Amino acid sequence: MQIDPNKCVACANCVPVCPMGAIYIDPKINRATIDSDACVECGTCFRMSKEHLNPTFVRTVRGLAKMFRFRFEPEPDVCPTSSFVLDELAWPRIVRRVFSDPVVEHASTGIKGRGTEEVKTNDVAHRVDVGEVGYVIEFGRPGVGVRFHEIQAMTTALAALGVKFEAKNPITHLMTDQSTGALKVDLLNEKILSAIVEIKTTIEMVPKVLDTITEVSKQIDTVIAVGCSTRCDENGEDKVLAPLLEDLGYAAVRAKTNLGLGRVTNVAKKEQVGDEHLASVR
Amino acid sequence: MTNTLHRYGNAESFRDDYILFAIPCKGKNDEGAVEKQKTFLRICQKHGPSNMGNGDCGSHKPTQKMNPTQHWNRDATPDFENVIEGVHKTGTVAAVFNSREKAEACLRDVIEADLGLSINMSTSVEGAHQAAQCCGIHRHSVEYSLGFADPHDHLPNSQVLELSTMCGHGMVSFNFARKMLDMVREGRRSPEQAVATLARFCPCGVYNPDRAKRILEEARSHTA
Repeated sequence: MQIDPNKCVACANCVPVCPMGAIYIDPKINRATIDSDACVECGTCFRMSKEHLNPTFVRTVRGLAKMFRFRFEPEPDVCPTSSFVLDELAWPRIVRRVFSDPVVEHASTGIKGRGTEEVKTNDVAHRVDVGEVGYVIEFGRPGVGVRFHEIQAMTTALAALGVKFEAKNPITHLMTDQSTGALKVDLLNEKILSAIVEIKTTIEMVPKVLDTITEVSKQIDTVIAVGCSTRCDENGEDKVLAPLLEDLGYAAVRAKTNLGLGRVTNVAKKEQVGDEHLASVR
Repeated sequence: MTNTLHRYGNAESFRDDYILFAIPCKGKNDEGAVEKQKTFLRICQKHGPSNMGNGDCGSHKPTQKMNPTQHWNRDATPDFENVIEGVHKTGTVAAVFNSREKAEACLRDVIEADLGLSINMSTSVEGAHQAAQCCGIHRHSVEYSLGFADPHDHLPNSQVLELSTMCGHGMVSFNFARKMLDMVREGRRSPEQAVATLARFCPCGVYNPDRAKRILEEARSHTA
């Protein structure tokens, strides 16, 4: 991301908007400036509401108001001169945008989204079954950010437990060796807003996995949010994971609940399901 | 939509925060899903959502060519039609409700419509469980939020966290949430104005303006 110094009027509206605190007013040039190492290319500043005012006019008005100590009350989410410019990013910096900007398409990297459908489509995908536990381990969110070497600290610790990484997850795509959890070396110092590591284990592994996550979180300088999922029984009850989490001291008050209304409707898939059924009957 | 899973707050604070979302599964039920996603959003629209989103934009969105006079009369009305008509590809579509009654009524209509898409509810564990029971369906799967691990004390106070984490993609920064809290406390913005400003930063449309307004009003009264 860039700020056009010919347009910027140093109104500072963008300074608090940045989730990473990467924007500041440089007193040497009296313009908003982006710390490119801290910037994760999330696009939040670029998406601010925009006016297209004449920069010279705005600077003159602001200068007069400042001279008389008038208090400004501009709309706080507006860039008055539309100063932000999206960069063309190359590898490896493009990964910052891919993982940080929720509205960007990213076919160029071959990475298929930041996360997967997880248990949101479990009623048709059957990704996590009864007695199994899915985990989404999220780094950097809210508002802190994370570098890939910090994510690697977690993936290597989890790999040592023998867990299985979700094949379709973008972090898994960036691994050079899933058995060790090692990530591509040229990415390790790149900073992103957030990333999600997805794994699946048996229910017996839950204490060990959560202990490992807790221990690694103390060693890496970011924030971690963990989600644990399972399939309910035929009555819609979870009598396994919820009590276990409570025993382990986790107060799980919020959840995402799959209500079981999904079904296979694709024509080709339905035929295939039918064939599989026939084969099993035969 | 893991971005609604880790909202900060206790179970009581989610009393006005119910998110219903529909998602097709690639290769299983994504054929013709765009029209079904639109149907889902139209059903939701009938039940008075606080916000809706289609993955590309929410019903509160930034203005790309703002007229200077809009500083005095900015329109904060949610644009649900734009969200519905903006569904062009398969993906997650969501609606936010400020009460369990509205979410349940909507869910009943969604069940009746039998879209075949996976339908999820994001709220408190008990809130979703009760809503499912009231609608006569069984939960299929549950993903629990275990909250944040922050051993290095990066996170701000609870009010800022509650406001900021309602955009789970992290587009509402801590500093901006803090600024809006301060502007409301100082009487420089009404809670309604502050909420409209905050919601514009959430491109997925899952920010809950009603919950945010309550949080801002509580913060203001606690200052008085």
